[in-house]
Amino acid sequence: MAKRIDVSDLDIYYGKFLAVQGVNVSIEPRSITALIGPSGCGKSTFLRSINRMHEVIPGARVEGKVVMDGQDLYAPDTDPVTVRRQIGMVFQRPNPFPTMSIYDNVAAGMRLNAKKMSKAATDELVERSLRGANLWEEVKDRLDRPGSGLSGGQQQRLCIARAIAVEPDVLLMDEPCSALDPISTLAIEDLMTELKERFTIVIVTHNMQQAARVSQQTGFFNLNGVGQPGRLIEFNPTEKIFSNPDEKATEDYISGRFG
Amino acid sequence: MSTSTAQGPATDVAPAPEQRPGGRLPRWAPWAAFVAALAVAYLVGLATSTNVVLLVIYTVVIGTAGLYVASRIVEGPRRAVDRLVTCLVSSAFGIAMVPLVSLAYEVIRRGVLRFDGEFFGASLVGVIGEGGGAYHAIMGTLIITLLTTLISVPIGLLTAIYLVEYGSGRLKRAITFFVDVMTGIPSIVAGLFAYALFVIFFGAGIRLGIMGAVALSVLMIPVVVRSAEEVLKLVPNELREAAYALGVPKWRTIVKVVLPTAIAGLGTGVTLAIARVIGETAPLLVTVGITNGTNLNPFEGRMATLPVYAFYQLTQPGVPPENAIDRAWTAALILIMLVMGLNVVARLISRFFAPKTSR
Amino acid sequence: MTVTSPPQEPTAPPPVRRPGDRIFSLSAKGAGILILVILAGVTLFLLAESFPALTAPAEEIPGEGGLASYVWPLIFGTLLSAAIALLVATPLAVGIALFITHYAPRRLAQVLGYVVDLLAAIPSIVYGFWGIAWLAPRLVPFYRWLEENLGFIPLFAGPVSPTGRTMLTIGLVLAVMILPIVSAISREVFSQVPTLHTEAALALGATRWEMIKMAVIPYGKSGIIGGAMLGLGRALGETMAVAIILSGSAAGITFALISSANPQTIAANIALQFPESTGIDVNTLIASGLVLFVITLLVNMLARWIVNRRADFSGAN
Repeated sequence: MAKRIDVSDLDIYYGKFLAVQGVNVSIEPRSITALIGPSGCGKSTFLRSINRMHEVIPGARVEGKVVMDGQDLYAPDTDPVTVRRQIGMVFQRPNPFPTMSIYDNVAAGMRLNAKKMSKAATDELVERSLRGANLWEEVKDRLDRPGSGLSGGQQQRLCIARAIAVEPDVLLMDEPCSALDPISTLAIEDLMTELKERFTIVIVTHNMQQAARVSQQTGFFNLNGVGQPGRLIEFNPTEKIFSNPDEKATEDYISGRFG
Repeated sequence: MSTSTAQGPATDVAPAPEQRPGGRLPRWAPWAAFVAALAVAYLVGLATSTNVVLLVIYTVVIGTAGLYVASRIVEGPRRAVDRLVTCLVSSAFGIAMVPLVSLAYEVIRRGVLRFDGEFFGASLVGVIGEGGGAYHAIMGTLIITLLTTLISVPIGLLTAIYLVEYGSGRLKRAITFFVDVMTGIPSIVAGLFAYALFVIFFGAGIRLGIMGAVALSVLMIPVVVRSAEEVLKLVPNELREAAYALGVPKWRTIVKVVLPTAIAGLGTGVTLAIARVIGETAPLLVTVGITNGTNLNPFEGRMATLPVYAFYQLTQPGVPPENAIDRAWTAALILIMLVMGLNVVARLISRFFAPKTSR
Repeated sequence: MTVTSPPQEPTAPPPVRRPGDRIFSLSAKGAGILILVILAGVTLFLLAESFPALTAPAEEIPGEGGLASYVWPLIFGTLLSAAIALLVATPLAVGIALFITHYAPRRLAQVLGYVVDLLAAIPSIVYGFWGIAWLAPRLVPFYRWLEENLGFIPLFAGPVSPTGRTMLTIGLVLAVMILPIVSAISREVFSQVPTLHTEAALALGATRWEMIKMAVIPYGKSGIIGGAMLGLGRALGETMAVAIILSGSAAGITFALISSANPQTIAANIALQFPESTGIDVNTLIASGLVLFVITLLVNMLARWIVNRRADFSGAN
């Protein structure tokens, strides 16, 4: 299920503006890869280009290669919609569909893609996904209530359940805890550690302790100045990044000297 | 009239030096001024045997003047001008209420005379003088409005979807601009357009129900586009992204996520758009005409519609005129009730069908 | 993954489109284009149908003086009635907008806004009923007073219409009808005035009126003008109220506002004449409609340009 992702020479544009330049990285399956760096350095942009969400923005485009287990995601005959089914995403702010119940939110990926499923199979899928997101016990009695009635942390776990319900190979998380309180954050972090057994996880975070706690690999993004493109400065095992980084800029950032 | 309590904070902030010497008028001063003015006006009225309208005008004018003078003496010129403007602005609102209230009163008073079963059940076939109804006109209005809605809502909604979800560049700007322009087309011109269009195919003098629907669509489409556009823009982008990230194609995202989220606003917008065109008279006058009998087929011959019916009953009442004029007022009353009813429905839709969000 | 190859093609790969996506986006785009086609069609069909009147010999046009001399008094009547409406409605509408945004208690403001908007919901034919049955007779004594006291001004020259169905009456009715749109747009810009500006004025010790004069009116000026122009567009094209209320004798060009000799307006003339007309008369009416269309188009485009320019400006800040 979990697949590796190889990125080579990736340039990411907003119209004419080069936002991220020359990313080369290999993301290992069944592990958590964290992306850190100061605001506006292109981590989120890079994350969104992995599952071709970047091009949803008008004028946005990408040059270079992203390959997932040998499949070129940016090949001319690759359908971005198929890519997004294989690579799920969780956003910074929890965004359950307000018109749908908790149950329908989890089943949304199947329902919206018009996959015909029996009631029993859907029930089973919803329970499995909610259990997978550590949310089942909290919501099993109110599956027909609107998803927006849950707390922020529960909503975010609902969004994770929704994402894993379509059984992707990779899960991208864009600052999933930045809108949450510490207890909810802890719950999500525990969940990530469980999920990495089944998925390849890439997480963007501003919280360096979080990166250190949950990830196996860490990439540090930075930019030289305003208007300059962001770059992947260093990519190494998390332990090395936080104890003995190769680059001076990484060390400065981690020790809080800038950013 | 003047709300003296609301003036408190503004003046407490920083009393300018030149306002100091005289102090301030008490809070009840404006009320006292207008009560006194009423008394004065009443006395003047006794002298010239005048009516209620003049009494109100005298009261407002004398009260405003009195308050201004008193304020100028006690509070200084700046505060006096402020009070004067308060009176003027409040009067402006009061003046706007005169047509609303008198119109409602007049239409109800004269409309209820024939607000009976026969009016809703009978047409005008063979009616001379008393009796008769507007069954044919009511049905005609409902049929033509329904057709208009069927034409306008798909076009308007799809255009709004294009503008919000797909559009970019010059075409989007052109459509936005011309939709704005289209909202300003005079209704009679829309009627002439429909006539000129159908004349090409059917020859001069043609009158059809569907022509009226086409003419009304020219008026309704821009209203639907504008309201739908506003509502679709309010759907958070996060929801679209959530759907895309689940691997949902764009068109299914729009149909299954964006439109359901916006459904309350869309319903409200469409209802208000219907209310906007259901009372239109001029375009129907030149495209649908009028008839005394019941014609329920919009693709053949003239139809009666409520507004046109009201117009002809009032302006060409025949002899004796009273019966037709009474029917005209009842038709006007029903028209107002339809429009107000649709407005109420629109508000209810937006209240009860809004998505339940905690935010 | 070490060798870097220069990007062969700078353009993004052509997106793979699913049939559902393509059908849906094309139909949405088609609907948008259809609107442009309709607008072009309005212009073209009106041109085509008014063409016979443009080329016909002068004596075949009603009035036998040619198209220009037929349409000119109508244009005059249209402009005059709309101008009166604008003069009356704009200050009133600004007053109402100020009342709702800055004077009325906050909890009441929304309700008062609805009430004013109700004026916009009333069908124009009902305004005609109200104008002829309620307003016009009540204005007659006022008109008599005007003639007696101000009759030396040509505007108020006699003899006073005994029915009150005069140019001034229709101007007032049109004013009521455009009040809601002018006040709605003024209200919108007034409520967008940054609190920073208003509070700055109040902190300087300004009274409420001085604050409005210093902060609100300058900020909302272009909005008021744009709203008034939109109202003007409505008043120019208003048909039924005029057709019912104005006693349309073909009086030619006259500025006498309270006599019974009044020029008709384009729109009302069409509504009154069209049902009974045939042949070249129909073409003449459509030609006059084309003139009305062009006038309102120009006014509305100007209004939109003013309003939008303001929107762009405030959006940039």
